[in-house]
Amino acid sequence: MEERKELKVNAIENGTVIDHIPTQSVFQVIHMLSLNVCDNQILFGTNLDSQKYGKKGIIKVSNRFFDPRDANKIALVAPTATIIEIRNYKVTKKKNVLIPDSVDEFVKCVNPNCITNHEDVVTHFTVIDKKDVKLQCRYCEKTTAKDNFTFK
Amino acid sequence: MKNRSLVSISDYTIEEQIKILELAAEFEKNPRQKILENHVVASLFFEPSTRTRLSFESAAAQLSAKIVGFSEASSSSVSKGETLKDTILTVSNYSDIIVMRHPREGSAKYADEVAPVPIINAGDGAHQHPTQTLLDMYSIMKTQGKLDNLNIAFVGDLKYGRTVHSLVMALCQFNTTFHLVSPTELKLPSYVKQHIKDNNHTYHQYTEMNEVIPLVDILYMTRIQKERFADPIEYERVKDAYILRLSMLADARDNMKVLHPLPRVNEIDKDVDDSPQAYYFQQAKNGVFVRMALLASILGVV
Repeated sequence: MEERKELKVNAIENGTVIDHIPTQSVFQVIHMLSLNVCDNQILFGTNLDSQKYGKKGIIKVSNRFFDPRDANKIALVAPTATIIEIRNYKVTKKKNVLIPDSVDEFVKCVNPNCITNHEDVVTHFTVIDKKDVKLQCRYCEKTTAKDNFTFK
Repeated sequence: MKNRSLVSISDYTIEEQIKILELAAEFEKNPRQKILENHVVASLFFEPSTRTRLSFESAAAQLSAKIVGFSEASSSSVSKGETLKDTILTVSNYSDIIVMRHPREGSAKYADEVAPVPIINAGDGAHQHPTQTLLDMYSIMKTQGKLDNLNIAFVGDLKYGRTVHSLVMALCQFNTTFHLVSPTELKLPSYVKQHIKDNNHTYHQYTEMNEVIPLVDILYMTRIQKERFADPIEYERVKDAYILRLSMLADARDNMKVLHPLPRVNEIDKDVDDSPQAYYFQQAKNGVFVRMALLASILGVV
């Protein structure tokens, strides 16, 4: 009940709420999930008060549920995020995102001379540091850190 | 090692690396053998590297293999916009093994993923050049009779030199004491030094070469490039300190050898060439034997 009072963004009937996003990562999450180009109704907020984190961001996407692969994507920029699935205004599933052991395809290698930035090569990374989120390229072996993430 | 690509030195275990070195010693005793008569080696040099290319092609030719390929991208279909994948798949139809030099880092790994034939990485940008590392190891083993318990000095540009990084990493598999001589601007990167520490070896850093020479079994020289310095005055100030002259070898150990990946510019004075310590031309020759051993092993004829 208490949570309900604090809601600054309207509840949704069916869909996914991505909560506890670090405020500065909200727009990155939107882009990673291509929410900027989808037809679903989307509500989002940034700099909302959070007991746990001080400030947080939230995204609510109507009529859409994400597979674990997409959830893992979010973990790279928003490791604190919670994915909440809503059906008929009720929470039916709630889970924290997990940083994966490997990341394929959607992150670009930071090394401008890496083959993946010059040929049509799908990127593959091993997550070598889950705390600071560092990815090692399978091809050039250079490390791409969180601050340098750009998405394909 | 049949059909096993060599993209990075770490693709081969230490036992496999030693096996290649032992086989190279056999080829050195008897280099002309017609064992690759029925094989075609593709030599794809997407950027020019005369020394490495000739060394590979000489190795293949001495074993009677047929060689196809190109020596620069402009003389291949790459200049028409063909992707690396298409080039590799096409050439795989014409050859049993591909030796490849390419300017992009990670290109050899990618080529290995798409090619049905094994790949030998002859250098992919600043990333890896494993055959250079093996020939350096061979030169050390041959001149010292062992790879363990050696004092090895690296002199010059230790920051950007791919050759140095790979060889230091490879020597960390053995009990090695490293002596690192460089200008402050060009010190060995911290990740490589961390690798030395992780393997419980010791290293000492110096800015001058003189005090190191009597301490070491191998003096590995590299070139310092002017363009590596932000301040040209700083380059002028330090450049002469990293030139090896014959007089500096007076207190060198009898077994000490001077190595250099070549080409040299002026970092080893030509007077050194006739000293018993000079080994860099023999080192280049050793590259042919090591490449023979690799071609024969991967093609499965030995």
